[in-house]
Amino acid sequence: MNYFPDEVIEHVFDFVTSHKDRNAISLVCKSWYKIERYSRQKVFIGNCYAINPERLLRRFPCLKSLTLKGKPHFADFNLVPHEWGGFLLPWIEALARSRVGLEELRLKRMVVTDESLELLSRSFVNFKSLVLVSCEGFTTDGLASIAANCRHLRDLDLQENEIDDHRGQWLSCFPDTCTTLVTLNFACLEGETNLVALERLVARSPNLKSLKLNRAVPLDALARLMVCAPQIVDLGVGSYENDPDSESYLKLKAAIKKCTSLRSLSGFLEAAPHCLSAFHPICHNLTSLNLSYAAEIHGSHLIKLIQHCKKLQRLWILDSIGDKGLEVVASTCKELQELRVFPSDLLGGGNTAVTEEGLVAISAGCPKLHSILYFCQQMTNAALVTVAKNCPNFIRFRLCILDPTKPDHVTSQPLDEGFGAIVKACKSLRRLSLSGLLTDQVFLYIGMYANQLEMLSIAFAGDTDKGMLYVLNGCKKMKKLEIRDSPFGDTALLADVSKYKTMRSLWMSSCEVTLSGCKRLAQKAPWLNVEIINENDNNRMEENGHEGRQKVDKLYLYRTVVGTRMDAPPFVWIL
Amino acid sequence: MEVINGLNLKDTELRLGLPGAQEEQQQEVSCVRSNKRKNNDSKEESAPPPAKTQIVGWPPLRSNRKNNNNKNVSYVKVSMDGAPYLRKIDLKMYKNYPELLKALENMFKFTVGEYSEREGYKGSEFVPTYEDKDGDWMLVGDVPWDMFSSSCQKLRIMKGSEVPTSL
Repeated sequence: MNYFPDEVIEHVFDFVTSHKDRNAISLVCKSWYKIERYSRQKVFIGNCYAINPERLLRRFPCLKSLTLKGKPHFADFNLVPHEWGGFLLPWIEALARSRVGLEELRLKRMVVTDESLELLSRSFVNFKSLVLVSCEGFTTDGLASIAANCRHLRDLDLQENEIDDHRGQWLSCFPDTCTTLVTLNFACLEGETNLVALERLVARSPNLKSLKLNRAVPLDALARLMVCAPQIVDLGVGSYENDPDSESYLKLKAAIKKCTSLRSLSGFLEAAPHCLSAFHPICHNLTSLNLSYAAEIHGSHLIKLIQHCKKLQRLWILDSIGDKGLEVVASTCKELQELRVFPSDLLGGGNTAVTEEGLVAISAGCPKLHSILYFCQQMTNAALVTVAKNCPNFIRFRLCILDPTKPDHVTSQPLDEGFGAIVKACKSLRRLSLSGLLTDQVFLYIGMYANQLEMLSIAFAGDTDKGMLYVLNGCKKMKKLEIRDSPFGDTALLADVSKYKTMRSLWMSSCEVTLSGCKRLAQKAPWLNVEIINENDNNRMEENGHEGRQKVDKLYLYRTVVGTRMDAPPFVWIL
Repeated sequence: MEVINGLNLKDTELRLGLPGAQEEQQQEVSCVRSNKRKNNDSKEESAPPPAKTQIVGWPPLRSNRKNNNNKNVSYVKVSMDGAPYLRKIDLKMYKNYPELLKALENMFKFTVGEYSEREGYKGSEFVPTYEDKDGDWMLVGDVPWDMFSSSCQKLRIMKGSEVPTSL
């Protein structure tokens, strides 16, 4: 390859797009490292504290697209205080100073402020794409800056963020000259929407492919929007209360029939039962269906809709569909690749919840299934063994039994054998979440068989440090390990410190690790940030002088090349 | 024991815990290390485990999903035969049927009759009905309150002449 001039090699590198591959080719030799870094346009940073913006830009000066992830995953479930970190502003400031030609920004679990959005909107002339997932700290005023200042905005995609809705006019901040929108997703906004501004925006966006509305957009507005955008591929319906005889509903039905490119349907944030039938005519084209927010739609209506969706590849649904409903999915959706079943009734007795039978039916009926997230009331080892036999191709397997220490409900045994069967059969398994009654045995299986496992979530499981050790010793590709309420302590934590060099991060909360254990770890591994999050005590741990035998409430450690971060709040102690 | 209109609602009340268990332990548990079950022979069937929905961060769902399920408001339209326009009420404001019926009576200035399981409402020309999740029109009061409030889509106060005798 070195006989070719750099431009040729660079051209070859253009075909190498995945981050892993590009990281690999940069390690081949100095020359390739140099060529690669100047041609790299997309960078993925899994932990925003592993590196800082200055070093990033020094290595990749031609950066155009950046993905940043902030808080640890368990922050999604309120286990991490809001002020912990993951601030976007320093990144935007550094990127703006360096005058890099940023075009795309994708953020997950970051703290975004209006100020940072405003700066972003003003600093990068060619900025095109903003995707925010599970972020917080900003308001619709920030969105207004993006709308007003980003002349070539293509994507504004807000997924499950906590946004303070000032019920402002952010939609009317898009100038009349803005006609480049391809994606507009504001489903997570809680407030009112300027419907006139929205309709005009959609009408002047001929490239609009993905439109996801919030609950403030009623049925008649939806009908008008769909008439303006028959080219839509991905639709998130907002409010869907309707009277089947009303003129709006009939208009909607007519408009939907014309949307022959529609492949993905979601939303139904406030939905009346009969509404779904309006979509039956286009169901045979759907590849993705997300009804997981449609709490008011009864199982029977869900089933009627799904029976028309023979090409479905992705289905997100509530457990109100029931086992019977899942059997219908299994017999109808032969192309299904990804299934998520969310709990619909968190308070009561779990009447129409799904059980192990639904899971088995799906595994038997859907040969292409590779990703599953399944919330249920009960499980058995036998069912998991059957699922493993039916579906050896799982890449992601996440099971959440709502009672976190529930055993096999038939045999009262732990679910070790069931999960063991899954990891043994699914040789490509990259992500696994466990629940139910589990002993050290399940970790023995995981360490032995889960060779490709990169992410493991453990809750209320295991008996001794051996459990965690099996995983650390066995899973060579482990990147993210998150553990809560499990009896793993210092012995496991300290057994192989160099292991953490190969991992992105480790989270342990309500386990048995002690302060002295953490201190010892921090000493042995200066390339790790070892963070103790202690909201209650506020550093009383230090004053106590109990020889550090105190148990640490929350431990988060991660490899980093830039040392201790400076923006940690007082309740975070970095050892 | 809550007895309303002859119905013992406690029997059909939805709550956590095994049937028959009287206590509901409401402690906020941020970790359940003390609950570690040691071996297989100790099968505890007596007291139900602490209210699992009180465990911080469990089940692992983002807050927007949790909020979606436990909606704090539940507005339904209320129509009354002969009234010029509809009203809306928040079902979550009421804990049982008597409260709801009283509110409706006040809102529309009428009185509802005496409810009995066998004969429905007697003694008034007004009958409260509701549309459930399946689209069927049902008599208000037949099912336990929680079941009603989660499946009620619309309310309609029917007037004597409209009420079919089969109801």
